[in-house]
Amino acid sequence: MSEATVNNGRRTWLINTAVVGGAGTAAVAVPFVSSFQPSERAKAAGAAVEVDISKLAPGEKITVEWRGKPVWILRRTPEMLATLEADEAELADPNSDRKAYPIPEYAKNRYRSIKPEVLVAVGICPHLGCSPSDKFEAGAQPSLPNDWAGGFLCPCHGSTFDLAGRVFKNKPSPDNLEVPPHMYLSDTMLLIGEDQQA
Amino acid sequence: MAEFKEIPSNAPMSAKVTNWFENRFPTAFDAYRVHLAEYYAPKNFNFWYFFGSLALLVLVIQIVTGIFLVMHYKPDAALAFASVEYIMRDVPWGWLIRYMHSTGASAFFVVVYLHMYRGLIYGSYRKPRELVWIFGCAIFLVLMAEAFMGYLLPWGQMSYWGAQVIVNLFSAIPFIGPDLALMIRGDYVVGDATLNRFFSFHVIAVPLVLLGLVVAHLLALHDVGSNNPDGVEIKAKKDESGRPLDGIPFHPYYTVHDVMGVGFFLMIFSAVVFFAPEMGGYFLEANNFIPADPLKTPAHIAPVWYFTPFYSMLRAITTEMVYVLMACVALGGVMGAISLKGSAKLVSIGAAVLVIGSMAVTDAKFWGVIVMGAAVIILFFLPWLDYSPVRSIRYRPSWHKVVYGVFVVNFVILAYLGVQPPSPVFERISQAGTLLYFGFFLLMPWWSQKGEFKAEPDRVNFQPH
Repeated sequence: MSEATVNNGRRTWLINTAVVGGAGTAAVAVPFVSSFQPSERAKAAGAAVEVDISKLAPGEKITVEWRGKPVWILRRTPEMLATLEADEAELADPNSDRKAYPIPEYAKNRYRSIKPEVLVAVGICPHLGCSPSDKFEAGAQPSLPNDWAGGFLCPCHGSTFDLAGRVFKNKPSPDNLEVPPHMYLSDTMLLIGEDQQA
Repeated sequence: MAEFKEIPSNAPMSAKVTNWFENRFPTAFDAYRVHLAEYYAPKNFNFWYFFGSLALLVLVIQIVTGIFLVMHYKPDAALAFASVEYIMRDVPWGWLIRYMHSTGASAFFVVVYLHMYRGLIYGSYRKPRELVWIFGCAIFLVLMAEAFMGYLLPWGQMSYWGAQVIVNLFSAIPFIGPDLALMIRGDYVVGDATLNRFFSFHVIAVPLVLLGLVVAHLLALHDVGSNNPDGVEIKAKKDESGRPLDGIPFHPYYTVHDVMGVGFFLMIFSAVVFFAPEMGGYFLEANNFIPADPLKTPAHIAPVWYFTPFYSMLRAITTEMVYVLMACVALGGVMGAISLKGSAKLVSIGAAVLVIGSMAVTDAKFWGVIVMGAAVIILFFLPWLDYSPVRSIRYRPSWHKVVYGVFVVNFVILAYLGVQPPSPVFERISQAGTLLYFGFFLLMPWWSQKGEFKAEPDRVNFQPH
């Protein structure tokens, strides 16, 4: 290394120019990186979906698409609701406390819904994204425990969820099924994608 | 391992890391020395010497903006136009990226034309830099192809009909023309097949070729060393360590100097991008805001401004003009017979007869294409047309400057005429302009030797400041 003396004036100029140049480069990068964000068209396509549940029978589940994802709407019977109290010891996160997919305040209860009988949940397993299958029949079945009371089974890696979408312990998925923001426009008109808090 | 450079164990960490890399990747370090820290460039570079580095900058701008545009563009005849409007209206900052790319295309040609003009006036194409010039001409040709194919992609009226006209030029070639045009289009008319293949060429194939040519251009230049406004060979006078007396290391002197040039350029570029991206219909043409309609040609087609000089020449070659060309070829043949020796005399006459014969039996349309192509190809031959005893215009007879001035004005007039609709008066002027353009080059072996030349200095003219 040479022992050249430092020209302080030149060094000041160089540092200042480099800083201003760096700021300019960062400013130019902003539009390019921002162009990665969802476009207006994507945001419009992601708008809230209205669903009429007046014809939904007890025990029936319908699926609607919101933001490209399947959203399940299940009208639970009183027997189905009873299973939600009994299985809490076997659940990983019975009170929906985990923050990965935060549950909206209005659904933070045993039923994970606004109306106890109507479950609204995103039908995608939080483990790696497959869509779980309906397993509403009670009793022993392949991949299910002998005391199975009803719920959902993810075919990809075997995660199981109860009839409120809560995941059982020691399963690949660490989280319960996501509850999307939703609200009731009337007693039978559900709006998925928006809620009063927004 | 025996060739590894050792470094004392009490050296700072940064030096040790540098040493680690230098032992394993000496090529990178040698490249830094050869091309930057120890590339001695003449110290008298002036304004005209900014445009090479600016051309490289614009290439980078086009590639980066192009990458982001391709994320949203759809290369399908049914979807392309709408996808460009999607970019302009819906994609966050899409309008800015699109305008940077369209302005960049025009900026590329402004910079390249000025860069070539520098080569012309300072004799940068002369020995030993002929190959640097040839690579440069190849870049110019490839750049025109790239711009042409990129222009089809928005699938507007001008895109479609401009492509239709230019691809039909190929069908003017005798015998193979129509089949060749069919192969290029991939269909009987310009359509989805054409769009998809032009997209592939514009985004991948031609940029790769362009990058390769730019690397060759720069490596060939660095091998022989840069020219300068005085045309003096700085390598002729070296100091005891073998460094040119009139040279300064490219880094840090010209790297910093070029950063300043980039700053000025970006100010002008940004002003255009933000305040006048359409440039009155010259950068983004009005007709291109209408989706392509194969059934209806716009009333007025013109190519983009950077092609218009050559377009003028194409239009100027009418059946009448072919007779004039025949006369010129005959003259050329006779001159060759007089001044060349031995069998070359007969070859000269023979070639002239062949060319005149083929002119008689083919359409003027074909010769229009030939002349337009020749206008670009003739640039490649410049090193062998210039018979001037001095390199730079600074030491040539003063009237040579008038000749260059006339050439430039003529080129600009041809450009203007290319934008105008056809008219009898304009046709005559473009015919004269075409003859002037070719005369400048073809008669150069004669006029470049004429006049009182000044003594070339053996050291550069440079005032320290």
